[in-house]
Amino acid sequence: MSFLSVSHVSKSFGGPPVVNDVSLEVMRGEFFALLGPSGCGKTTLLRMIAGFETPDSGAIVIDGEPMNTVPPHLRPTNMVFQSYAIFPHLNVFDNIAYGLRKLKLSKDRLRARVESMLATVRLEGLGNRASDQLSGGQRQRVALARALVREPKVLLLDEPLGALDKRLRETMQVELRAIQRKVGITFLLVTHDQEEALSLSDRVAVMHQGRILQVADPRTLYERPNCREVADFIGEMNFFHATVREIAGAGATVNAGLLGLITLPAANLAPGIKPDDHILLAIRPEHVRFAASGVAGDIAASTFLGERSHFHVRIPGRSEPVFVSGNAPPSGAVHLEFPPEKLIGLPIAD
Amino acid sequence: MADNGRNAEGYGLLAPTLVVMGLALAAPLALMAITSLKDQSGIGFGQGWTLDEYGAVLGRASYRLLFLRSVAISAVVTLVTVALAYPMAYFVAFHARRKFFWLVALTIPFWTSYLLRVFAWKIILGFNGVINSGLMRLHLIDQPLGVLLYNPFAVVVTLAHAWAAFAILPIYVSLEKIDRSLLEAASDLGDSALRRFLRITLPLSMPGVIGAAVLIFVPTTGDFVTPSLVGGPAGTMIANLIEVQFNGVGNWPLGAALSLVSMAMVAVIAGLFVASARAAAKAVR
Repeated sequence: MSFLSVSHVSKSFGGPPVVNDVSLEVMRGEFFALLGPSGCGKTTLLRMIAGFETPDSGAIVIDGEPMNTVPPHLRPTNMVFQSYAIFPHLNVFDNIAYGLRKLKLSKDRLRARVESMLATVRLEGLGNRASDQLSGGQRQRVALARALVREPKVLLLDEPLGALDKRLRETMQVELRAIQRKVGITFLLVTHDQEEALSLSDRVAVMHQGRILQVADPRTLYERPNCREVADFIGEMNFFHATVREIAGAGATVNAGLLGLITLPAANLAPGIKPDDHILLAIRPEHVRFAASGVAGDIAASTFLGERSHFHVRIPGRSEPVFVSGNAPPSGAVHLEFPPEKLIGLPIAD
Repeated sequence: MADNGRNAEGYGLLAPTLVVMGLALAAPLALMAITSLKDQSGIGFGQGWTLDEYGAVLGRASYRLLFLRSVAISAVVTLVTVALAYPMAYFVAFHARRKFFWLVALTIPFWTSYLLRVFAWKIILGFNGVINSGLMRLHLIDQPLGVLLYNPFAVVVTLAHAWAAFAILPIYVSLEKIDRSLLEAASDLGDSALRRFLRITLPLSMPGVIGAAVLIFVPTTGDFVTPSLVGGPAGTMIANLIEVQFNGVGNWPLGAALSLVSMAMVAVIAGLFVASARAAAKAVR
């Protein structure tokens, strides 16, 4: 039984659906990410879970309780806003204590809870700081502390690191993950940053045009994307058009044009692919190898990146270059090898 | 050097304002202060200097009554106007679809002259006015109500209407400036709509409320058109007395002293009000 369940939820703002028949199951204590480009509906989905938007259809259930008619202030969720939404007229302590005042705790209990949360987000001693005297990273921590101190069943994070610079973002990623482990609360993160989603989350749902394309753990998502959009969105990918000749037992033979006839593990084909289907063969840049023989090409551009380099290799008869990541090859004319076990077959959307 | 240059530039930009302020405000004020210290002989100034007028202003019970009444009427006007303006400003800021239309609509009364608006209220509240004849036509009363006009109530109604836009606009601006995600955050943290209003919306709109209150309180205390047209004897305010000293009985020193004392009083009250409103906003958590 899942902890947060979204089933067949749709929402439109008068136009085409922003969220289109989305279903999700998130486990208790999981760090789950909704990943997608801006406008894919991920924030709308998050806001429906928080209660700020009402689904047109479908159901949202948290810990067995239907949420559809529960107003935001009574939901067991708390949110870290993209803008952080720190109350400007309150200091750090009162911002964090904001959601606890209604509980009518004793003064000491209240102080103890806020102080311990300040310690968790490493803001000890800053309780009296005015909110306009905080750095971006500190604001982010206050927003996190303010939401966590209420011990919600699900913590919702809307692009929480988007406003920080790269260095700070990387530090906060590590910390966010550590805090989540410590408090054990279910985190639901919305982001357009694939690196953030992959490095933080137990599982990721990739959204595109209001639909969820794939839900999987980060490794599966990277190694076995189930469609072109997912493959494209997460990391770099080379695509080749191909036709399936036959699928026999554990092997599948495809005609990949310039790459010739290739036999790859049948398990590398996305489910539903049949013989005679037109498909896309996909391979990550780091899996393409320079070799003594194979597909001939020319290096069109290269970027030195330290331990690895990136190359654009032109193959006669193909307009786009092949993207290769590896060690420095002999310059000029090269041969490329495409290890069959690293090739995956994806359906062509029609 | 760079600082000096910037200072010079700043003063340069301020210069036109400073000239106008100097000629139209500071100089007349100084003249007024001098006048208030002159002694009166007959209908002109005498040769000497005296503080007698200030003694009269502070000592005479009838003057004190007028001061108190002016402050009281204008405090009620301020309260009523802000209380009525806040919901309107709130509606435009948070719920209105066509904000510009509403803002223009709210300022329409200001397209006519102040005097006309006061006369309009005279017609509405008068013995044979709109309200009385309407109620009589409906047979709810069989005698016209005399309590509508020529009393403090009529002054409050007229002034509250006349100054409404001065309250709506600053409050609207301060409400409009509130980041909507703060309101969502408050709901998210467990606040019902009412608690959220008291803890976030109201404190954050306090600058607008304070601005509106000062903007109304200061000029209405010194208003003399409305009290003289709709106030009657019981609605007379301090400005009517001052006007009489200058135009009626020709006692300029007394008029000047009354003006300066009432100015000082308004300044002190407005200052106290701003300070206490700030403290109140801080006390909310």
